[in-house]
Amino acid sequence: MTTANQTDTPILEVKDLHVSIDGQEILRGVDLTVRPGEVHAIMGPNGSGKSTLANTLAGRPEYTVTSGKVLYNGADLLKMQPEDRAREGMFLAFQYPIELPGVRAWQFLKAAIDAKRVHQGEEEMGAREFDRLLRSKVEEVEIDPELVRRSVNEGFSGGEKKRNEVLQMALLEPKLALLDETDSGLDIDALRIVSDGVNRLRRPDNAAVVVTHYQRILNYIKPDYVHVLVDGRIALSGGPELAEQLEARGYDWVREGVDAASG
Amino acid sequence: MTATADTYPHYTAAYEAQSPEVAETLRALRNRGWDAFSQLGLPTARRGNEPWKYTNVAPIAREAFAHPQPMPVEDGIVTLDDVRAAAPWHAGWHTFVFVDGVFAPHLSSGGEIAESSGIVIAPLADTIHAERGASVSLLGELARPEDDGFVALNTAFVRDGMGIDVPVDGDAGVVNVVYLTTGREQPRVTHPRIIVSAQRNSRATVIETYVGPDDTRYFTNAVAEIHVHEGARVEHYRLLMDGMDAYHVGTSRVIQHRDSGFSSGAISRGAALGRNDFSVTLIGAGAECTLNGLYLTVGNQHMDNYINIDHTEPNGTSRMFYKGILDGQSRAIFGGNVTVREGAQKTDAQQTDKNLLLSEQAEVDSKPSLLIYADDVKCGHGATAGHIDLDTVFYMQSRGLDLPTVSRILIHAFASEIIDTVALVPLREYLDEQFQNAIPDVDITLPIGGR
Ligand SMILES: Nc1ncnc2c1ncn2[C@@H]1O[C@H](COP(=O)(O)OP(=O)(O)O)[C@@H](O)[C@H]1O
Ligand SMILES: [Mg+2]
Repeated sequence: MTTANQTDTPILEVKDLHVSIDGQEILRGVDLTVRPGEVHAIMGPNGSGKSTLANTLAGRPEYTVTSGKVLYNGADLLKMQPEDRAREGMFLAFQYPIELPGVRAWQFLKAAIDAKRVHQGEEEMGAREFDRLLRSKVEEVEIDPELVRRSVNEGFSGGEKKRNEVLQMALLEPKLALLDETDSGLDIDALRIVSDGVNRLRRPDNAAVVVTHYQRILNYIKPDYVHVLVDGRIALSGGPELAEQLEARGYDWVREGVDAASG
Repeated sequence: MTATADTYPHYTAAYEAQSPEVAETLRALRNRGWDAFSQLGLPTARRGNEPWKYTNVAPIAREAFAHPQPMPVEDGIVTLDDVRAAAPWHAGWHTFVFVDGVFAPHLSSGGEIAESSGIVIAPLADTIHAERGASVSLLGELARPEDDGFVALNTAFVRDGMGIDVPVDGDAGVVNVVYLTTGREQPRVTHPRIIVSAQRNSRATVIETYVGPDDTRYFTNAVAEIHVHEGARVEHYRLLMDGMDAYHVGTSRVIQHRDSGFSSGAISRGAALGRNDFSVTLIGAGAECTLNGLYLTVGNQHMDNYINIDHTEPNGTSRMFYKGILDGQSRAIFGGNVTVREGAQKTDAQQTDKNLLLSEQAEVDSKPSLLIYADDVKCGHGATAGHIDLDTVFYMQSRGLDLPTVSRILIHAFASEIIDTVALVPLREYLDEQFQNAIPDVDITLPIGGR
């Protein structure tokens, strides 16, 4: 009974979500349902609210939810602290990863893994076991091993920071991965690595939301659904073919459609 | 004299009670100190007194500290385990432990030094008595009692301390000096004194650590004088780990000759009121000086760093890098002054002070200043004070770390930039542990930095 219920429950249900920053409404009624095994792409012009959506889901405090509902595995996500969302398997790959001077990557990543394990009632990972795991993930995402000996993201290039996000994702094996323009500013090689990282995580019981400005990454990560976010609303949803349409025609025609519809 | 007797009756009585049965050099030195103290008193008047602009020493001046008669440190009052728990320690170091100002041989350790090496590492009481080591004759040359009331007071009461004399090409290894105040009897004052003379091309590492109980008011009035001769290298650490109710005034005076190197790490965590007055004069060309510092203040602590570097000759390099972590209603001062005199062309000097404020009530006065009288120099300075960055907090939370863990990691990371510069591994580990334990719990759910 419980098992059947769990498989039926969407991983994420966003219902009429309104979000303000500093009193200004950025998201104006977003609906989105992500079921286990699915990959959703969210596209849209700059400033349309893609990062606001991803950050709100991860629990960024200065983004105020003014109305609407979000269920994560059936539970009220908006009541959860950001760290509990992470421990319950949510992972946000940041559009602009933060530098942590003086925080050794090894220590940081182990703390992240252990937080999740302890939350799940498991023991902290032994140092040697973690070493082995980290080494295998470093190889998997083809990141320079030197980078994990340094402070997290400090002095990394833009591309290195994005790879480091993918490394963290690979280590934490999220149930719901939110990737916020992880493809931006990457060369084809890096793009392939990021995509491989996401594809490797694809399992029947987890899901990914890939936020992107460009259709390019969707050649590597085949989404099940594509949504177009314009002015804080999902203006259009469809299958993978929608991404190609957007690539060919740009966002203006979607925007015009929205404007026409809203009067 | 009468004025001093009126204002400082306890010091006067203690001075007069000192045994006259001491070496003539010591008696002369004490007289010089007392004469100067009679002129200067303590720097309680702050108007127009730039070095003491931010620190009120009236509480120190008011308190009637006892100068207990020197008594041998009986077994059991302090054990070696106490020392090793409180201070950095390593079997390979020359460790000299002083308890309430008196040398405690049974707590001290370290390799014998061959007489033939010419190296003298010994308690000052011994070297003064035996007239051994050039260092004794140098007392009062760099830290002149006539210049400073606290130095004058220290000089008037010089009894014991460390003398370190390293001859040409000698290597003294690591000299670990621990000043431990116990909670015995009434509030007491000690006047530790250190003199280091590193002759041409010699080497020495000197650690000064000041520790004591948290629940006792006492006063440590320490003075260090360090001569770094041509080509010599001295590595120096000054750890202010006194009890949280203590007063600590530390005066360090360093002189560097041609092509010498001096590096210092001044770490402070203790004392209700702390002062780190550190001056280095580079009087030889091509000398290199690095002064690193880290101060952590919590509750109502007050920590005053008054750091001076004076370049008088060409081609000198100096780096002053201090960091502060402030919590509660604590207050810290960084007064950093670099002077580059007319003759000091091609000087390369940088000074930086960075502060992490953990509460809205904590306050730092960060005043780096450069005084440049030469025209061909490379100098820079900068100071920052900021709160924990909320974007950073969210990034770490989004990886599953709760707020107490996030703040601990970030505060430790901030401190580690200084702690990691400590080359001696056992010392670095000691400092790291001390800071890990001292990191305050911070409530970052409050909007810090006012967004
Ligand atoms: N922290 C913030 N403070 C103020 N305005 C913000 C903040 N973050 C985003 N915005 C505003 O919200 C809107 C949506 O931004 P964002 O979600 O970053 O869009 P996208 O990711 O689609 O480019 C923009 O108008 C942006 O200026
Ligand atoms: Mg964005």
